[in-house]
Amino acid sequence: MTNWRWDFVWEILPRLIWATGNTLLAAGGGYAIALVLGLALAVAQRSRHKLSKNILRELVEFIRSTPLVLQIFFIFYVGPQFGVWLSPWTAGMVAIGLHYAAYLSEVYRGGIDSVPKGQWEAATAINLTTTQTYWRIILPQALPPSLAGMGNYLVGIFKDTPMLSVIGVGELMHTANAIGSESYRFLEPYTLVGVIFLAISLPTAALVRLLEASVRRTLGMS
Amino acid sequence: MSEDMTQFPLRLEGENAPMVRFMNVSKSYGELTVLDQLNLDVAPGEMMTIIGPSGSGKTTVLRMLMTLETINKGVIYVDGEPLTHMEKNGVLVPANKMHLRRMRAKIGMCFQHFNLFPHMTALQNCMEGPVQVLGLTKESARQRAEELLEMVAMSDKRDHHPSRLSGGQQQRVAIARALAMRPKVMLFDEVTSALDPEVINEVTGVIRKLVGEHHLTMMMVTHQMGFARDISDRVCFFYGGKIEEQGAPADLFGSPKKQRTKQFLSAVKEAV
Amino acid sequence: MTFVEFIITYYPRFLSGTIVTIEQFVLASVLCIFLALLAGLMKLSPRTSVRACATVYIEIFRGTSLLVQLYWIFFVLPLFGITLDKFTAGFVAVGLNVGAYGAELVRGGVLSVPTGQWEAAVSINMSPGKRMSRIILPQALVNMLPAWGNLLIELLKGTALVATIAVADLTFEARQINYSTFMSAQSFGTALIIYYVLARFLLTPLMRRLEKIMARQIGRE
Repeated sequence: MTNWRWDFVWEILPRLIWATGNTLLAAGGGYAIALVLGLALAVAQRSRHKLSKNILRELVEFIRSTPLVLQIFFIFYVGPQFGVWLSPWTAGMVAIGLHYAAYLSEVYRGGIDSVPKGQWEAATAINLTTTQTYWRIILPQALPPSLAGMGNYLVGIFKDTPMLSVIGVGELMHTANAIGSESYRFLEPYTLVGVIFLAISLPTAALVRLLEASVRRTLGMS
Repeated sequence: MSEDMTQFPLRLEGENAPMVRFMNVSKSYGELTVLDQLNLDVAPGEMMTIIGPSGSGKTTVLRMLMTLETINKGVIYVDGEPLTHMEKNGVLVPANKMHLRRMRAKIGMCFQHFNLFPHMTALQNCMEGPVQVLGLTKESARQRAEELLEMVAMSDKRDHHPSRLSGGQQQRVAIARALAMRPKVMLFDEVTSALDPEVINEVTGVIRKLVGEHHLTMMMVTHQMGFARDISDRVCFFYGGKIEEQGAPADLFGSPKKQRTKQFLSAVKEAV
Repeated sequence: MTFVEFIITYYPRFLSGTIVTIEQFVLASVLCIFLALLAGLMKLSPRTSVRACATVYIEIFRGTSLLVQLYWIFFVLPLFGITLDKFTAGFVAVGLNVGAYGAELVRGGVLSVPTGQWEAAVSINMSPGKRMSRIILPQALVNMLPAWGNLLIELLKGTALVATIAVADLTFEARQINYSTFMSAQSFGTALIIYYVLARFLLTPLMRRLEKIMARQIGRE
C-alpha cells in the first residue's frame, strides 16, 4: 500500500467522528423538512383545482430533474441578492429538504393511490371529514407501501450531504477537505470518509427493510 | 344546468312525507345516461329492494343517496330535507360541504366489498365514526360498538383485523359499523354478491333481524331474489335507468305485468 | 444589467459549459451502461466468486457518495500511480457510481423475464451466451427501459459535481459567472433552466421514443 499511515488515521479520526455528527444532523434536518413538505406536495396534487395541480406537478419535475448541488448554490447565494442572508446550515437543509420533498411526494402519491377507492367511500359513509379521512384512514394505509421508498431516500439524503461542503457546512467532506489542505495528505481522510459512509449506509438500508416488515405486521396488513 | 329549481319544494312536510324522495333525478356520464328522470319515494320504516340487470342504474341510486355520486338534474330529499341541495334565499342551490356533512349523518351504507378499514380491528372499525364524527367518548362508543357486534354475532372476533375475518364476518362487522352511526336510512349495496354461497345466510340473517326488530328505513340492491321476496315491503325492477315495474314482492315475483320483468325473472330463475 | 443583457454577455460561457456537461453525460453514460450490464449479469452468475466481485462493486459505489468517490479518484488514485486528468476523472467517477445503480436494474430486468423463456431457449439447444444475448436480454431491456430513463436523469444531475474538481461544465460556469457578477439568481437560475430543458425536453422524450422503438422491435404493442 502507498504509505498508509495509521498514526495519522488516529490523529484525524476524532475530527472526522465529530464531523459525522454534523453530517447526521444535516441529513436528519433535511429529511424532517422533506417528510413534511413532501406530504403537503402530495396531498396538494390531489386537489381538484386543475391549474394549481399542473403547476405543482411541473415544480416537482423541475426540482427532480435539476442537480441538487446547483439548487444548494441557488438557495445560498440568491438570498443575499435580495437582502435575505441564510446561514450555510439553513440554506443547505432547506435545499436538501426541498429536493427530497419532491422525491418523497412521488412516493406518497404512489402510496395514496394504492389505497382502494372503497376506503374513501367507506370514510364518506361514516361521515368523516377530508382531514380525518386522510389522517385516520388513508395515510395509515399509504404508509406501508411508501416505507421502502421513504427509507431509500433517507439513505439517499445521507449520501448527498457531502454536497453541502460546497457552501461550507462543516460536515464530513468539508472536514476531510480541510484536513487534506492542512496536511497535504488525502489518502487517509478521503478513504476514511468513504468507510464511514459505508459503515452507516449499509446497516441503515438493512434496518429500513426490517422496519418495513414490522410496520406491515403491526398494522395487520400482511 | 338551466333547470327550473322553483318546481322543487324547499322541504317535505306533513304526515305522509316520505323518508327518501327522488324527484326528477337524472344522472349521466358524458353520453351514457345512467338514470333518467327518476321519481321514487321510500316511506319511513319501509324495506325497499331494487332488482334489475347490471347496468340498469340500481347501484347508482344508492351511491347518489350516500353522496358518493353527484346528480345532474333533480333533487333528492331525505327525512324531509333536500340532500343534494340546500336553501339559499328561498331557492334550492347545490349543497355545500357543510350541508352534505350534516345530511350524511342520516344515512348509513354497506358495500359489496365491505370496505372495512384494514388497519383497525373490528371494534375499532365500529368506534371510528362515533368517536371522530359524533364526538362520543371512547367508553360510550366502545359500549355501543360492543352491543352492535353482539347483535351481528361478532363479539368473539372484535379484536381481529379484517384480514383475519372471512367475507361473511367482515360484512357483518361492516353492518355494525354503519349502524353505530345511528342512521335513519340504511343502504345495502349488493352486500352478499362477493360472498361464498355458504356464508350468505350469516349476512341475510342479520338483515332479517334488523327488519324485524328496528324501525329503520332500508334500501337494498341484491341479486338474491328469494331473500328479496321474503323480506321486502316493496320491490322495484330497474331497467335502463328507469323503474320498469314496482310493487309488493308477492305481486312482482308472482305475477309480473311487464314483459321485461318476466324475461329478467325467468333468466334469473334459470341461473339458479 | 437586465436579464437580456446578462444572457447576451454570458451566453458563450453558458454554451461552452452546456457542451462540456453533455460530453460528460455521454461519456459517463457509455461507461455506466457497460458497467451496469457487466455487474448486473455477474450478479446472476452461478459462481459465488463472480457474484461476490459484482456485489463488492455495487455496494461500495451505492453505499458511499458520488462526491467522495470523485475526490478519491481525483486526489487519491494518483498515489497508487493512476493519474487521471480532471475531465476523465469526472466522467469515470459518475459512470462508476451510476453504473452500480444500473446493475441492479439489469439484474431486475433479467429476472423479470418469465422462466418459460429460459426453458424454451434451452429446448432449442441454445448456448448459454446465445440464450442471454438473443432471448433474455432483449426482453429484459424493454422491461427496464422506463427505469433507465430516470437513472439517466440522475446521471445528468450527477455530472454537476465534476464542477467541484474544476471541470468547466455548466455548474462550474454558473459559479464563475456568479463570482464575477454577483447576479446569483440569473447565473444559477439560467443553469437550472438549462439542466431542466436537457432532462425534460431532450432526454425524457428521447427515452420515450426508445421505449416505443424497442417495444416494437420485440413485437409488443
